[in-house]
Amino acid sequence: MNYAAKPLPHESARGHVTGAALYTGDLASRFPHLLHAVPVLAPHAHAKVIALDIAAALAEPGVATVLTASDVPGEGDTGVNRHDEILFPDTVLFHRQPIAWVLGETLESARAGAAKVNAQYLPLKAIVHIEDAIAAKSFLCGPLTLQRGDARNAIAGSPHRLQGEVSIGGQEHFYLETQSAIAWLDESDGIALHSSTQHPSETQDIVARVLGVPKHRVTVECLRMGGAFGGKEVQSNTFAAIAALGAWKTRRPVLVSLPRALDMVLTGKRHPFLARFEAGFDKTGHLFGLDVTLFGDGGWSLDLSEPILGRALFHVDNAYLLPAVTATGYICRTHKTSQTAFRGFGGPQGMLVIEEVLDRIARTLSLPPEVVRQRNFYREGDTTHYGMTVKDAGRIERIWNELHATSHFAARRAQIDAYNAAHPHRKRGLAITPVKFGVSFTATWYNQAGALVLIYRDGSVQVNHGGTEMGQGLHTKIRQIAADGLGVELESVRIMPTRTDKVPNTSATAASAGTDLNGAAVLDACRQLKASLAPIAAEMLGCAVDAVAFAGGLISGAGNALPFAKVVEAAYRKRTPLFAQGYYRTPEIFWDAATGRGTPFYYFAYGAAVTEVAIDGFTGQYSILRADILQDVGDSSSPLIDRGQVEGGFIQGLGWLTLEELIWNDDGRLMTAGASTYKLPSWSEVPEIFNVAFLTRAAQPGVVCGSKAVGEPPLMLALSAREAIRDAIAAFGNGGLVLLDSPATPERVFWAIQRARAAASDPVSSTVGAAQS
Amino acid sequence: MPITSLANPAAFAFQLNGESVCVDQANAPQTTLLDFLRARGLTGAKEGCAEGECGACTVVMVKPKDARAIYLPVNSCLIFLPMVANQEIYTVEALAASGELNPVQQSMVEFGGSQCGYCTPGFVMSLFAEHYRPNREGACNPHAMAGNLCRCTGYRPIRDAALSLGAAPDDAFNRRLATPAPPVTEIFFGDAKKRFSRPATLHACLSILASDPAARLISGGTDLGVESNLLGRSFPHLVSLEAVDELRVFHQTPDQIEIGAALTLSEIGAAWHTAPPAFAEWLDLFASPLIRNRATLGGNLATASPIGDAAPLLLALDAAVRIAGRSGTRIVRLDEFYFDYRKTALAPTEILLSVIVPKPLPAEVRFYKAAKRRFDDISTVAAGFSLTRDATSRVLTARLAFGGVAAVPTRCTEAEAAIVGRIWNLRAVADAQAAIAATLRPIGDHRGSAEYRLALAQSLFAKFYFECRQVAA
Repeated sequence: MNYAAKPLPHESARGHVTGAALYTGDLASRFPHLLHAVPVLAPHAHAKVIALDIAAALAEPGVATVLTASDVPGEGDTGVNRHDEILFPDTVLFHRQPIAWVLGETLESARAGAAKVNAQYLPLKAIVHIEDAIAAKSFLCGPLTLQRGDARNAIAGSPHRLQGEVSIGGQEHFYLETQSAIAWLDESDGIALHSSTQHPSETQDIVARVLGVPKHRVTVECLRMGGAFGGKEVQSNTFAAIAALGAWKTRRPVLVSLPRALDMVLTGKRHPFLARFEAGFDKTGHLFGLDVTLFGDGGWSLDLSEPILGRALFHVDNAYLLPAVTATGYICRTHKTSQTAFRGFGGPQGMLVIEEVLDRIARTLSLPPEVVRQRNFYREGDTTHYGMTVKDAGRIERIWNELHATSHFAARRAQIDAYNAAHPHRKRGLAITPVKFGVSFTATWYNQAGALVLIYRDGSVQVNHGGTEMGQGLHTKIRQIAADGLGVELESVRIMPTRTDKVPNTSATAASAGTDLNGAAVLDACRQLKASLAPIAAEMLGCAVDAVAFAGGLISGAGNALPFAKVVEAAYRKRTPLFAQGYYRTPEIFWDAATGRGTPFYYFAYGAAVTEVAIDGFTGQYSILRADILQDVGDSSSPLIDRGQVEGGFIQGLGWLTLEELIWNDDGRLMTAGASTYKLPSWSEVPEIFNVAFLTRAAQPGVVCGSKAVGEPPLMLALSAREAIRDAIAAFGNGGLVLLDSPATPERVFWAIQRARAAASDPVSSTVGAAQS
Repeated sequence: MPITSLANPAAFAFQLNGESVCVDQANAPQTTLLDFLRARGLTGAKEGCAEGECGACTVVMVKPKDARAIYLPVNSCLIFLPMVANQEIYTVEALAASGELNPVQQSMVEFGGSQCGYCTPGFVMSLFAEHYRPNREGACNPHAMAGNLCRCTGYRPIRDAALSLGAAPDDAFNRRLATPAPPVTEIFFGDAKKRFSRPATLHACLSILASDPAARLISGGTDLGVESNLLGRSFPHLVSLEAVDELRVFHQTPDQIEIGAALTLSEIGAAWHTAPPAFAEWLDLFASPLIRNRATLGGNLATASPIGDAAPLLLALDAAVRIAGRSGTRIVRLDEFYFDYRKTALAPTEILLSVIVPKPLPAEVRFYKAAKRRFDDISTVAAGFSLTRDATSRVLTARLAFGGVAAVPTRCTEAEAAIVGRIWNLRAVADAQAAIAATLRPIGDHRGSAEYRLALAQSLFAKFYFECRQVAA
């Protein structure tokens, strides 16, 4: 292995920094006679469309046509599972839902046309908030339940009990590149698309469904994405379908490219959750029983909500043994965007709940939260609440102890206590939290991948695989794997854009499994090619076949070496195939939904983070002073990429838990629908000190490169920041219970400080703390 | 040479990546520079938000700095094309035109500064401008990229890339800065339905305002650009103030400081060396570097947003504005400038000329901004406080000014009255807070509840008290 474990830059880094790397929307000027698509937006969250008149729009200069339900040759629906996403609805189910699309010669003419469409609505009562959906029993699915033992009995028999609830906000993906697709009719009676999608095969499926054609007539290509984070796993399908339908009708190329303001109101987000829980425990903080109910806000259609809820229920244990637990979940149907996959896929919400419970237990008992957490860890041999052995459970405590030491947790705890005693208006907080995240698609059949590796006569190599590049570095890792797999120079390997005509029936690039699955498939293809080349090389080198070695662009044996290209040319002349398809399916995993038992994950990725914050008592504003992370990535296959995933995931999780706030008003209108109102982490959120380390001696057997998935798990390390904020809030009072919904915006923190002070009736704060909650 | 003149309103030229580009009537005056670049195949600059928040569209302009020139990074999504007439622009495509990466690009590659890469050209251009900043010492300042958002990396590798960069190379980009930047010249572009005028004199601007009721003033365009992009507003006649020298003054006398309304926030920051610390803190919290490079002080005041950040500090400094009309100039105290929501003392035919800050400045002055995010966010509440005391700590003058608590930026004179003549202590602070609570009636919205805003207005004053006391100690 030459390239694996090397800290190589991103495969497209040069293209990124020069602007040469292209994204779907950048291709627009390459399509003559391109039409621009603009939606007609409903002004209600729930309404009947009682009239739709497009005549005035058609008369607008530059308007080519208006797409409505009657234009659909196939099925006018893009819902992935339940077929519940009508493309041209007669009942509007969320505010701004498109009811028609206008195609114009320019963006301006399409916009002008959309403004001329005359639609009449009969407004209906909308269910906007989770609580209203619960009261109305408006559910898309549920109850789903995972359970072990008798939680009610265990809680009843516990010496201490608490109950409560926590509200968990959603999150906008805010991929910098918004949803976009270009469709055109190709030269051979097919329809072709460039689509910014994590799942080209599904986009192909949906386009074929809408056009009523077999899938072989549809080709979908994804060059690369400008970020996706789950937001282009299924949500991209609708916009590709509109582009395809427009091209089908007009016989001209059609571009759909959402401006940010539209992307934010039209596309689904991370699910907001409401969690209600009751826990039983002893005076040392050991958890005996937990009964938790999760209500996820699914929005108007099912989307991926069911597996997301499933993953939330799988992860309500995080790294802790729950001896008796009942975890029940519902997805609420509301009149909002269809909430969807987002890095972590329900896991973050489930894990937030158990961290919330453990913190409340600790503060109820006046024990340090980190002590209560550690006491409840899984140990080797334990099983989860769904009957899976917690493989490598010992890593939880090993990571915890190593990070405790390297972050100087104990010494800093003492320093912070001293600081807080001396500063009435500014407090620091410190917290450590663990992460255990299950890796594999919980839909077992998704855990397969294919690859097509082509060697040309000059020894250069094209690699096709089913995964998509969204910035996570998948292509970088695949290139390393392929170069090592064939023993060629990195420069000899070109990773091709993902296309459905190269590898069919691919899975979404999701669940952190892109490298595990596609890398293994590519490696399989490389093995086959080497097996074909080895006898030819052996003959040329005069050595035994099993003595042939492939490395560094040379094929060697018996003390001699030949350039790879030379052996390839010889193979060609001997009429040897120089391409191979690779395939991989994840072994060992299974899931029995009926019993709620199985091994849904191939392995767990572990990690822990220590975060220190400082809060200004006058405003509730805070800053992240320091973060220390120790992450189990197995043997890192690409350390620069992996560190980027860890840091980026942490900051993205930090955004979810702190300043990113989705606010829908009672009419179902999203009030934070732009970059000026919805605030992503910026430079001011980067910890001044930011230490990231990988767990050593952590090779993962049975996985390509011995590495572990790294895309999603680090996001949940940010829970340490939420707990650190809570720790600092507690310091404004007497250390008692801190009730804090998520996200922990400065306003929520401000009121929590007032409550903490009131509970402690601190004389200083009562003098100047003017706020009344 | 500029090919635009009064005689030819049908076309103008500008320098793009070292070549002259002619813009004709096929481009509407409200076309953004970003759209123009992308339509030419220069797709490195991206549209990430269309409102100047994300910086994915960043390009640099060559602008004068002392006798030399600097690269000024700006949001190309908020620049209408005629605004770059006769100007000089570089996009990311120019940096490695030779085939060799610029050191800025090389450092971003090596440190893993890009993941999805979509925001990267914008970061590269902000860092490029910082890298070639004349007289820069030490490493590049990562906060020069504070107007650029990245959703993937978490910024740490970009920070390290910036910190790794030493002196800029002696290359063509550096040598370009030794010669002056192109001046902002008079141009007129468009037709009767859509026009862009950039007159060279105040008199000419006033004449246009008097003759064309549809004329709308524009300077940096950071507000009108957003209106155009997000709200689809159409402006029949935009009148740029960028070429008018009278609006670009910066005068200090023993009695006052006069700041031209069309100076950008960045220019003011560079010009006002002797400003109190509160001014520097205010500037850091004011939008982002990319916005500050274009946004003007006059624009922030005249747009009369209740959450504009300029007014609270200037109200605390007892500032006034000089207003020019056809019959001459007049001076209006800033606390008498705002009438009602988005309504000011400016008549449609008048132009805000300058801001006048009286001297001596109050001994104690602070600016506070409470927002969800520290950098580049819109205030939930902004506050400017100033105070003078006598030797016995008796309050002689006090100013409590707020943004975000009313329809206009406002002083809370009731709270001021509650402490003037009092000893500066916690009891006085509590009385001022009570006056705030009794007077201000903020509204609640997505930035904060009414209760939070009212609490902040009071609490920030307590913060002011404790910080003054700390300084004194």
